[in-house]
Amino acid sequence: MTTTTVDAPKSTLSRIIAAGTHQRVLAFASLIVLLIGFSIASPNFMQTSNMLAILQATSVNGVLAIAVTLVIITGGIDLSVGTMMTFCAVITGVVLTYAGMPLAFGVVAAVITGAACGACSGTFVAKMAIPPFIATLGMMLILKGLSLVISGTRPIYFNDTPGFSEISRGSLIGDFIPSLPIPNGVLILFIVAAVTAYILNRTVLGRYCFALGSNEESVRLSGVNTDRWKIAIYALAGSIVGIAGLLIASRLNSAQPALGLGYELEAIAAVVIGGTSLSGGRGSILGSLIGALIMAVLTNGLRVLSVAQEWQTVVTGAIIILAVYADMMRRNKKS
Amino acid sequence: MLSRRTLVGALSASIALASAPAAFAQDEIYIPLISKGFQHQFWQAVKAGADQAAAEFGVRITFEGPDNETMVDRQIDMLAAALANNPAAIGFAALDSQAAIPLLRQAADAGIPIVAFDSGVDSDIPVATATTDNVAAAALAADKMAEFLGGQGSVAVVAHDQTSRTGIDRRDGFLNRMDSEYPDIKVVSVQYGAGDQLQSTEVAKAILTANPGLNGMFGTNEGSAIGIVNAVREMASEGVTIIGYDSGKAQTDAIREGLMAGAITQNPVGIGYETVKAAIAAMNGEALSTIIDTGFYYYDQSNIDNAEIQAVLYD
Repeated sequence: MTTTTVDAPKSTLSRIIAAGTHQRVLAFASLIVLLIGFSIASPNFMQTSNMLAILQATSVNGVLAIAVTLVIITGGIDLSVGTMMTFCAVITGVVLTYAGMPLAFGVVAAVITGAACGACSGTFVAKMAIPPFIATLGMMLILKGLSLVISGTRPIYFNDTPGFSEISRGSLIGDFIPSLPIPNGVLILFIVAAVTAYILNRTVLGRYCFALGSNEESVRLSGVNTDRWKIAIYALAGSIVGIAGLLIASRLNSAQPALGLGYELEAIAAVVIGGTSLSGGRGSILGSLIGALIMAVLTNGLRVLSVAQEWQTVVTGAIIILAVYADMMRRNKKS
Repeated sequence: MLSRRTLVGALSASIALASAPAAFAQDEIYIPLISKGFQHQFWQAVKAGADQAAAEFGVRITFEGPDNETMVDRQIDMLAAALANNPAAIGFAALDSQAAIPLLRQAADAGIPIVAFDSGVDSDIPVATATTDNVAAAALAADKMAEFLGGQGSVAVVAHDQTSRTGIDRRDGFLNRMDSEYPDIKVVSVQYGAGDQLQSTEVAKAILTANPGLNGMFGTNEGSAIGIVNAVREMASEGVTIIGYDSGKAQTDAIREGLMAGAITQNPVGIGYETVKAAIAAMNGEALSTIIDTGFYYYDQSNIDNAEIQAVLYD
């Protein structure tokens, strides 16, 4: 397999193929293959309403995946994103339904709560030197418990806050282009992705994010306060999780306090399918977004094809392993 | 380019495999059932009933439910995917009624009748609900408990949750009957174990520790009842009359051994069967009663092997 780099003048095609070795493009190609495959297999798959359902299903997991990508790039992991999302939703419920404050306060509360939780995890990891796996495992349980305590284990409904369900279910785009009623939740996902990608690739915070993941020691030796940057990155990830909390609460028109466990693993799965390395220092927001889309397309497509649920789970697991294996192959070949 | 080809090839292969079941004629009648769960034996029994009705009436069904009963959004995604296939009717057991309303409304607007099952949907959209009368069933459990205790003593309840309709109805059905009919039986504790066997075991152990002279315990679903059995076994408690709910191998074994006095069984097979039957009737525009009572039974060592009981028990 040495034919991938030819020294003859490069045609556009060979450049595309060379680019194809990049995991993101690989993931994107898989997404297209899945979409085409499912469309051929079932005439009901490729309908506007079903595509919108897939996008809607991606929105929460996609935002969580973006948040966890940041932490994974620093060489850490965040197991608390699922229950943190729930916790932010519950706090929003307290602010909006229990305290009766206007909508904007609820939105701000969710983001601030997330940032504060993230800063806590970051402090445990950076200042107290607890391994990220353990620190965020602890946070996962703490936040799950607190959600149950604060809500009294009952769902908090947002019926008294007009417009709350519009955050996820409404469609700003649909107001302008009635034939394209893309839900706001999806719009928010793409905005979050664009902003986070900008931060990651164009700002100091982003550069330190990669640097910490590649070689934390050398960053420290060059006189950078690594602890502070690490806490900032966890806090940024937390505030993104807060947005996910808003999305799910809005979609369900309620904060469901028991929900959340298991969502962190799906987010991490989306991240690795998207080519972000769990060992840190490498990764992309676009990749995670595509990873989340692949998971949603796969789940929806298998359902539309009426594949037995047992097998849906098996196929999803196999895809994760294949995706990471393909990525390993690519890197081994390079080195 | 081995890697990419491998991946793409494998993806296509999995799709080819996956597409096999879709090779049905498009004009057949398709009724998806979206359940609250999938892996529990109870739901598998509901599925068996639905499959039975599907075979009998010549329709195709699918049966899906989220991994656990907290995953409200996953259930909604399942409902959305089911709608994509333009089904003739839908069977639905809501985890949270409110969250599902927009999609149910969408189905109703498209003229797809919804039949609720198990704990139902708080809405007027479903044309019928196939369910157990949980209040009456739990009251029967209270009557049996009182019979064992001779009308006096102290009892405790391990319930599966305090939010779902079934959790509330079974708890209150038991407590209200105790309160109104048996003034000399004191309910000392009501606790919740999420229907999880392990968690319910811990809850039941705590109750037994706190109330050494306890005479009876009622578990409101399979996991809760097995939790009580585990707790009594682990602590070697004596003189505790256990009444359970639903069935499953662990519970029926405990009844055969005499560790558990008896249990209420719903008719999960009947729930599945009646749901599909009602869906077909609704599709054909037939009138349906709002509540389809699928029935319940009390079983113990004496009648566990009767054909009537065996038909509704599951392992």
